[in-house]
Amino acid sequence: MKILMKGNEAICDAAIKAGCRAFFGYPITPQNEIPEYMAAKLADSGGVFVQAESEVAAINMVYGAAAAGVRVMTSSSSPGIALKQEGVSYLVGADLPCVIVSVSRSGPGLGGILPAQSDYFQATRGGGNGDYYLPVYAPFSIQEAMNLVVKAFDVADEYRTPVMVLLDGMLGQMMEPCMLPEIKASNYDNSWAANGNSGKRPRNTITSLNLKGEGLEAMNIRRFKTYDTIKEKEIMVDNRVQDGDEVAIVAYGTPARIALNAIEMLKEQGIKAGLVRPVTLWPFPYDTFQNLTSSVKRVVVCELSMGQMIDDVKIGLAGKLPVSFYGRTGGMIFEPEEVAAYVKSCI
Amino acid sequence: MATKIIFSGFGGQGVLTLGQLVADIALNQGKEVTWMPSYGAEMRGGTANCSVIISDSVIGSPIVLNNIDILLAMNIPSVTKFFDKIKPNGNAFINSSIVTPNYMPTSESVNITAIDASAIAQKANNARGANMVMLTGFLKQTNLFTIDEIEAALQRRFKAKPELVRPNMDAIKLGLE
Amino acid sequence: MSKVVYEKSRGLTDNPLSYCPGCAHGIIHKIVADTLTSLDVLERTIAIAPVGCSVMAYEFYNCDGIQAGHGRAPAVATGVKRTNPDKIVFTYQGDGDLAAIGAAEIVHAAHRGENITVIFVNNAIYGMTGGQMAPTTLIDMKTSTSPKGRAEAGTGKPLLVSEMLAQIPSVAYIERVSIHDVPNINKTKKAVKKAFQNQIDGKGFSMVEILSTCPIGWNKTPSASLKFIETNMVPYFPLGVFADSPAKEVAE
Repeated sequence: MKILMKGNEAICDAAIKAGCRAFFGYPITPQNEIPEYMAAKLADSGGVFVQAESEVAAINMVYGAAAAGVRVMTSSSSPGIALKQEGVSYLVGADLPCVIVSVSRSGPGLGGILPAQSDYFQATRGGGNGDYYLPVYAPFSIQEAMNLVVKAFDVADEYRTPVMVLLDGMLGQMMEPCMLPEIKASNYDNSWAANGNSGKRPRNTITSLNLKGEGLEAMNIRRFKTYDTIKEKEIMVDNRVQDGDEVAIVAYGTPARIALNAIEMLKEQGIKAGLVRPVTLWPFPYDTFQNLTSSVKRVVVCELSMGQMIDDVKIGLAGKLPVSFYGRTGGMIFEPEEVAAYVKSCI
Repeated sequence: MATKIIFSGFGGQGVLTLGQLVADIALNQGKEVTWMPSYGAEMRGGTANCSVIISDSVIGSPIVLNNIDILLAMNIPSVTKFFDKIKPNGNAFINSSIVTPNYMPTSESVNITAIDASAIAQKANNARGANMVMLTGFLKQTNLFTIDEIEAALQRRFKAKPELVRPNMDAIKLGLE
Repeated sequence: MSKVVYEKSRGLTDNPLSYCPGCAHGIIHKIVADTLTSLDVLERTIAIAPVGCSVMAYEFYNCDGIQAGHGRAPAVATGVKRTNPDKIVFTYQGDGDLAAIGAAEIVHAAHRGENITVIFVNNAIYGMTGGQMAPTTLIDMKTSTSPKGRAEAGTGKPLLVSEMLAQIPSVAYIERVSIHDVPNINKTKKAVKKAFQNQIDGKGFSMVEILSTCPIGWNKTPSASLKFIETNMVPYFPLGVFADSPAKEVAE
């Protein structure tokens, strides 16, 4: 049965159902409901909740719990995710799985607490050191957020990588009908974990250190082979462009819903447009843009930023079609009428 | 067709709860619905509001900025902030216990329903039930839901404290008289 | 028939130590390893290595090991211990790692009363990065970033970490010891054993600060370095117990 849930809280229920055993976090708006809910719920289900002294400490607690082989999650928002980047790089370097929920607000700096999508680069390009990527999921409804949190734990374990679930502040704060997804039994090998060998196996060590150039290069190449597999198997895209559509509107997260409303309005005005909604921001569905149906003559990217995902859209299109951009920032949200009017002005 | 509703008042007047109650009714009607609070640094005393959108199809932005179908305003700042954004033939349910005649807006295009909510709630011995009394605006002016659906939603909300359903229903019924 | 009168600690692996000749890390490693062996907890211990000279410590202790970011070992230890309360978790940290970049993490691990053991090796210098000034560098001591000697003006007086952490209400045990001679090495063994026994008994946050040497960074022979601890370090960093009040409540 569907119930009305706040995005931030729905995510927690999904995480706990997916077997999340530990949560480490630090207060920052607009994601505070996540640590608050975990403080109440996770302990009740036999898990561990610690409010850390900083985002830096929180991500390093995640590193410890992940190294010890338990399903672990943290959450934060823009400046807090910036602080976590150090730990994210270490998690990648040590091949440790975890889930990081990023509920983004507007920036740069302290910026504002209103919703924004100006952390696309932060999510997909990271700020930590080294050659790495993270799978990044961008849901557009609370139900999808729940489903993707569950998936994020599985993908993290399967490929031994941190995985990010990126929400704009709207999805975190809003309520809508949703229900807990069914969980497939997952039984991933964690015999590599450093949790005491009990005399039953050789000792395990977890490290991102490799002082020999050849060794580190080999590790990086091996990791990028894993990334190739992730690109092959894990790309998710919601492509609603149909034959006959003149315009493809590209948007992710809540703005994709606004774009759907705009597409309806355009239809009433005789303009055929369709939505492309990347669900994985990394790996990005580049091929979708190469294979857009031939009726599409223009691509319009809509983001709550000054334009970040548009770079990936351009890489995907490789000059094939003209690309325009419509964005609002600072916490301002575009209305469907604005988007429709902009699309109309482009053609 | 989407119905865009703003619930607004002082923090503590129960407008966020009221919005959730209406959203829950819509959910149980099988509608698409979103509830979105204003959130900010001011936790207490300031103006709190939430947007509720009820629709038969996918809802875009959950934030209502313009073209408000229904404004439920429990204090003067709420009227100042949102009244001009109500669309033609829209509804305003205004708590006239607090929004005194001097501040009561006038409009040719908006259908204004003054509800003496705080006074009625006092009379029903449920001073905190003024938000519930405001629901009578919906019952009188719209077809969105019935009093029975409100009661069912209250029963769901107060599953752990069923004794709270009755005084709230009493306040609503007194408001309908 | 020959008789074994001395053997390498079972608590150490066969990996050759990466430390400079004359460095006291080897002594301290052996003390910790022997302690883990004698308490019979090696098979359920996780060692958390820092960044610094002992960055490779996870290769030397014969138990599971995790390498942590610079200063973050107490946070990593928190993540391990909270999810594995029946395991023994210790951090091994130097003065740059613990007292500078990791000041917040050590303070708050102590503040939460984490049931972990911290081995804090204070040799008053950043060894691995080339002998830079640490928070614990003595006044007038020359380092590569205090070429004229540390001056109080602008760099402050050396940080008294044990004294500072002992002010935190939830700590269980904090002692400062030294390894500059045999009697002090024996005291260090006792302190390290107590710090681990506390964890086994669920008594909470226990730290042993061990005054140690850096002959290369100090530009002294190993024996002169040991003498320097006695004549210069101990007068500023007094040895002794600063806190010994087992916590009543420890996170499980």
